[in-house]
Amino acid sequence: MSDAKKFMYINRKAPYGTIYAWESLEVVLIGAAFDQEVSLAFVDDGVYQLMKGQDTSEVGIKNFSPTYSALGDYDVNKIYIEKESLEARGLTLDDLQHLVWEDEDEDWAEKDSIRVVTSAELAELFDTQDIVLSF
Amino acid sequence: MAAIEVNGKSYEVDEEGYLEDLTTWVPEIADVMAGIDDTKLDENHWEVINFLREYYEEYQIAPAVRVLTKAIGKKLGKDKGNSKYLYELFPYGPGKQACKYAGLPKPTGCV
Amino acid sequence: MSILHTVNKSTYERDTLEACVRLAAKGGSVLLIEDGVYSAMSGGNKSSVIENAKGDLSFYVLGPDIKARGLSEDRLIDGIKVIDYKGFVELTVSNDTVSAWL
Repeated sequence: MSDAKKFMYINRKAPYGTIYAWESLEVVLIGAAFDQEVSLAFVDDGVYQLMKGQDTSEVGIKNFSPTYSALGDYDVNKIYIEKESLEARGLTLDDLQHLVWEDEDEDWAEKDSIRVVTSAELAELFDTQDIVLSF
Repeated sequence: MAAIEVNGKSYEVDEEGYLEDLTTWVPEIADVMAGIDDTKLDENHWEVINFLREYYEEYQIAPAVRVLTKAIGKKLGKDKGNSKYLYELFPYGPGKQACKYAGLPKPTGCV
Repeated sequence: MSILHTVNKSTYERDTLEACVRLAAKGGSVLLIEDGVYSAMSGGNKSSVIENAKGDLSFYVLGPDIKARGLSEDRLIDGIKVIDYKGFVELTVSNDTVSAWL
């Protein structure tokens, strides 16, 4: 679609401690209904949002980490993780959920949604967006 | 707080008729809710309702209509994964109406 | 006097933990809760904040909060004790005062 705008959501907060992570996810899901070109960037403590194995049963907060797996269904399949943020926290891609999307045109073949990028690469991506929203 | 009566038990619903506590859901609630809308649920309705409950269980959200349509198409075939079929089953909107019967919140992004 | 310090912010986002360890008297206890638990992970470039202070202060982390965030106990910095809500209460009782760093 020619009038589709490029939206990038930047996620910088850890989940649960504040409401930003969940709010961002809701806005992304709502925005995805409008056929825009959406991508997500996880930087700083935002990378913690995608940690595997979250279990909030003892803290009385809804565990929304399974919802990230639905992003592919919403055609949100460009998810960028800042390499420097991961490394600063002693994390690797293996610590994060494996997010995929299914390509309807290729008989629902599963493809990776997550790409680890450097700060410099991310800066270039920001530069190509029509709208950048920070949470 | 509004409530609906099902098998002699009272279930709280919000001002739009959505179940307040989705963990209390039983299939009879869907039948009663459908009755309020003058709808009788058949197996085609149930296919969608059960699908929605499974989707919520896995992803913790009620899917948007577009997502529901695509996912139904993948699971149940193209003849069901289209909005004409789903709107015939749920004329008030497959997202809103089917989610309500399934005891889920209103789909994220539905206003 | 013994003080229990609680810190609920990630050391990668705020300098709360750094302020706490700078100002806490030797022999005090520091309990990491909520987003503060991220600071307890080894291998990060802020792990040194606790590494350098653990000789003078006792560090604790709230188990339910690390579980919620998908962090594993075996990647915590050596010497940090994992406690549950009951342990939190016991620490509160066994110290003279509680100082919540925000």
